[in-house]
Amino acid sequence: MNAPMPPTNGGCRNAPVLKERGQREVFCGLTGIIWLHRKMQDAFFLVVGSRTCAHLLQSAAGVMIFAEPRFGTAILEESDLAGLADAHDELDREVARLLERRPDIRQLFLVGSCPSEVIKIDLARAAERLSQVHAPHVRVLNYSGSGIETTFTQGEDACLASMVPVLKDTTARELLVVGALPDVVEDQMMSLLDDLGVGPVRLLPARRIDETTAVGSNTVFALTQPFLGDTHAALERRGARHIAAPFPFGDEGTTAWLRAVATEFGVSEATFEAVTAAPRARARKAITQASEALRGKSVFFFPDSQLEIPLARFLTRECGMTAVEVGSPYIHDALHGPDLDLLPAGPQISEGQDVDKQLARARAARPDLTVCGLGLANPLEAEGLSTKWAIELVFTPVHFYEQAGDLAGLFSRPLRRKSVLQLEAAE
Amino acid sequence: MKLTVWTYEGPPHVGAMRVATAMRGLHYVLHAPQGDTYADLLFTMIERRDHRPPVSYTTFQARDLGSDTATLFKTSCQDAVERFDPQAIIVGASCTAELIQDDPAGLAETMGLSIPVIPLELPSYQRKENFGADETFYQIVKHLARPQDRTARVTCNILGPTALGFRHRDDVEELTGLLSDLGVNVNVVAPLGATPDDISRLPAAHFNVLLSPETGETAARWLEKNHDQPHTKIVPIGVGATRDFIAEVGDIIQKPLLIDESRLRMPWWSRSVDSTYLTGKRVFLFGDGTHVAAHARIARDEMGFEVVGIGCYNREMARPIRALAKDYGVEALITDDYLEVEAAIEALSPEMILGTQMERHIGKRLGIPCAVISAPVHVQDYPARYSPQVGFEGANVIFDTLIHPLVMGLEEHLLTMFRDDFEFHDAAGPSHHGGHSPLMDQDASGGSFSAKMKDEPLPDNVVWLSDAERELKKIPFFVRGKARRNTETFALEKGLQEISLNTLYEAKAHYAR
Ligand code: SF4
Ligand code: SF4
Repeated sequence: MNAPMPPTNGGCRNAPVLKERGQREVFCGLTGIIWLHRKMQDAFFLVVGSRTCAHLLQSAAGVMIFAEPRFGTAILEESDLAGLADAHDELDREVARLLERRPDIRQLFLVGSCPSEVIKIDLARAAERLSQVHAPHVRVLNYSGSGIETTFTQGEDACLASMVPVLKDTTARELLVVGALPDVVEDQMMSLLDDLGVGPVRLLPARRIDETTAVGSNTVFALTQPFLGDTHAALERRGARHIAAPFPFGDEGTTAWLRAVATEFGVSEATFEAVTAAPRARARKAITQASEALRGKSVFFFPDSQLEIPLARFLTRECGMTAVEVGSPYIHDALHGPDLDLLPAGPQISEGQDVDKQLARARAARPDLTVCGLGLANPLEAEGLSTKWAIELVFTPVHFYEQAGDLAGLFSRPLRRKSVLQLEAAE
Repeated sequence: MKLTVWTYEGPPHVGAMRVATAMRGLHYVLHAPQGDTYADLLFTMIERRDHRPPVSYTTFQARDLGSDTATLFKTSCQDAVERFDPQAIIVGASCTAELIQDDPAGLAETMGLSIPVIPLELPSYQRKENFGADETFYQIVKHLARPQDRTARVTCNILGPTALGFRHRDDVEELTGLLSDLGVNVNVVAPLGATPDDISRLPAAHFNVLLSPETGETAARWLEKNHDQPHTKIVPIGVGATRDFIAEVGDIIQKPLLIDESRLRMPWWSRSVDSTYLTGKRVFLFGDGTHVAAHARIARDEMGFEVVGIGCYNREMARPIRALAKDYGVEALITDDYLEVEAAIEALSPEMILGTQMERHIGKRLGIPCAVISAPVHVQDYPARYSPQVGFEGANVIFDTLIHPLVMGLEEHLLTMFRDDFEFHDAAGPSHHGGHSPLMDQDASGGSFSAKMKDEPLPDNVVWLSDAERELKKIPFFVRGKARRNTETFALEKGLQEISLNTLYEAKAHYAR
């Protein structure tokens, strides 16, 4: 059956977890807007926040996405803080102006930030009111991307979860695939599912609002991203059932993910083999080539995106690496359990962060590769540690078979670079 | 409430970080939520700093709000002092912490720390990054500077350079050399590279050179008032300004100064015939007040451009920039709304923009060349090479910077002459910008035009099937050409007649590394 073999030394599902609570070095959930606004082509993300929030969005994007982006920040000013009645009027005015200027916008997300939450601007109420004003052309929803509520990729989770209650009802037996993927990857996935005869398949988020994503008690759903805990809960509340599986990274993860879906839809073994054999072989070949520099090397994950556990599984099982520490901002058994089952025992699993203590552990372990945020990468490189920026993993197509080699390549490039550079002064 | 897409300045606590990160032996304890730690990457990525900024963030979360964020702050303070052993700390709040009113200053005071604690009050909902830097530096100076005797020799301090400043690293070096040529030694450079101990020694200098008014002016004024140190008002960016600056220093130290100008190439470069084509080029200037003012003079008097518009984003400089604009007979644009700047540029349609990274993007969209002369900065604004703006070498560097985006003298005529030649047409842009030909992304077939011309033509017995062709177009344009060539080579090697979707991915796997 080609089911992934659990590790002989036991997995990590029941391993003790080091829980830390201290200074965190992570983005807030607003960051998700940077990829979500590209994915949903008729959506605008309006952050109600401060200059800091606007600055984060423009700095995290690294380069400015100049063609007037579909996001912006309504910056709170002294006058908004004084009396709250104004804030709602002001918001109405800014939204009206925005929608007039951008008739292509069909869905508007009001995104809460730390300041808007601390002063308790009720964005749910605002969304309801604005929905009435601008219906039917524009649907207005709200979610929190604030740093006091969300960590990095949790922003996408909060966004998708906010869409679940407004999805249409259906009694049809459908597969709902959840998680924002680059279009090229999504197309590959759809064609694999189509070849397997699995359908109808719906997507959350859909590329545009008019598409027919619906949910009900006959819906089964699969997650493509490991950070969708709230969306998972919201879908279950609508009666949908989760297909638990490892995440579709690498040959093994992709196969296990597809197999869980295929089993649910009664796909025959012969069909499964016929559809997956060629891309699997390709993925394996590409991984073998791309992971050459990774074999026998150690890796240390700082917590960032919640992708850490599935990626550690991929790197240890398919690329021959050893994990020293696998940090994740949050661990949900329902989502991460299947990957933890497969991750060979050994690494320290940690949840949360106390960045200075964690840096001390990384320095002591001197891993061959450290996966961390942008704020830490150059300082660690300067100490002689090779690093991979975690944010690249959410901006780059890395899911499913055809990207498996690229995924390994993302990790091997820093090591290859280190080996090609001859910059040390002669002795 | 104001809808903002891009901002020229960050919040004031980022300004405070620019000061803290510039200094040594100082630590910043910042009451802020976790997401605010993004600011570290400005320094480690954009400026390529090899150390984390000396900032401890409390990273409070929603669940802390009801209980005790004040204790969290005190713990962070205590930990920071023990772990980093600074000579002094600055304490403050980001925009969110300002709202929960924990009073970091008061809290830190009650802790009985043995080092100076400098509280910062930075109103996040009114002010911005430059104010934050200026105010932070002023507070540090006010708290730490000690009355003392002047040095025996004539010395000065250089005030204002910070982390993430526009070319501050090299400006300090160039300025130090220039002053030394004038017989003036530098007592302390601050904040860049200074320790709290160094700050206490500031009053030993005879006068101050204010390199960056945006970030050092309040401190300079305070030192003038309280320690009787005059400061220079001219920022020596450009040939004329550098000469005036030298005269100003001469006035302060009451000594006529003569200087060797043999390293100054800019005037001849500007007079030589190849530069004729620069005459009367219509330029629009936008940036921080200091750089805009300096570049307006360079543009008009030293490059022979025609200045058609002037503006700045920092309101603190509105007054001098308005006066300057009047002098140049143009309207001043004082705004931090880039849409307004874009509209102004579109309306004036200048032949060149001297601006910030924002204007560079505006220029890209409107097809107008742009040279970057001011913060906000981008990783490109931290070149590995020595690249000052001030002094004589600065003037040389600026000449090069300003002509780089332009098509050069004779080339301009050739382009017009051969404008119908497919490789040598006017949309190809300056020949020294290899990779930037706009045709790159115009080739509908996916590859880059010029790359295709150079490569061996595709043998006509290999055909792209439509699904593979479609897939190829989904690949980002900057790697598409490579993907196309690799796939074709792969198909040739395999003796394939057709490229299918599968072939595309077989090839991708084949070349994966
Ligand atoms: S952490 Fe809060 S205040 Fe900071 S950028 Fe994120 S939402 Fe804005
Ligand atoms: S090479 Fe390209 S990016 Fe650099 S200045 Fe010239 S046009 Fe701008």
